[in-house]
Amino acid sequence: MTIDGFLVYIILPILSIAILLVFIRFLMGPALSDRVVALDLLITIGIATIAVYAMISDQSAFLDIAMIFALIAFLGTVAFSYYLEKRKKND
Amino acid sequence: MTDIVIISLISIGTLFILLAAVGILRMPDLFLRISVTTKAATLGVGMILTGMALHFGETSITTRAVAIILFLLLTAPIGAHLIGRASYFVGVPLWKKSLMDDLKGKYNTKTHELSGEDREGLDNDQENTENASSKSSEH
Repeated sequence: MTIDGFLVYIILPILSIAILLVFIRFLMGPALSDRVVALDLLITIGIATIAVYAMISDQSAFLDIAMIFALIAFLGTVAFSYYLEKRKKND
Repeated sequence: MTDIVIISLISIGTLFILLAAVGILRMPDLFLRISVTTKAATLGVGMILTGMALHFGETSITTRAVAIILFLLLTAPIGAHLIGRASYFVGVPLWKKSLMDDLKGKYNTKTHELSGEDREGLDNDQENTENASSKSSEH
């Protein structure tokens, strides 16, 4: 079995299942913090998917987008936690 | 030979990511969810990126992969700490079977400052002198 077939038929489906499971938590999450954590994990799994897809299609340009995703995930978490704290304080 | 290393790296990384996804769905508590997610997902993504760098075998791609891994390793603990701290202030409940909450009553809810055990019940002047003397003696 070549690496490409292994990636397409085994790795990508497992990653898709993982994204689905996290998305259930993203929709369910009782508190806003749960949704923020789920969003962070979604973007992290997205980075892994981009890396796998870059290997399948032999296009290394996708890696730049993965780097931007990592930046955006961190920024989003920091902004949301700041917002959560300030929202509680002003009430 | 390289193929075996690449395939095993990517498989183990994917398994860790799947474990993180199951963990975030099944864990009973926000803080447990944070603790599962950060570690397992970071390790999994790091292993997948390492496998990708081995697969391409070029310097530019390896540099980018190392940069992404370093950035993830730097930011994942910071983000987890920030969101955990903020949700503790907001009052996200712990799991009802948790045995102890070490931080209970130690946070000033107005200023969000952490106060130690020895500062409770003292007024300001006493507190300052007490701190100055206890700092030198305790540690």
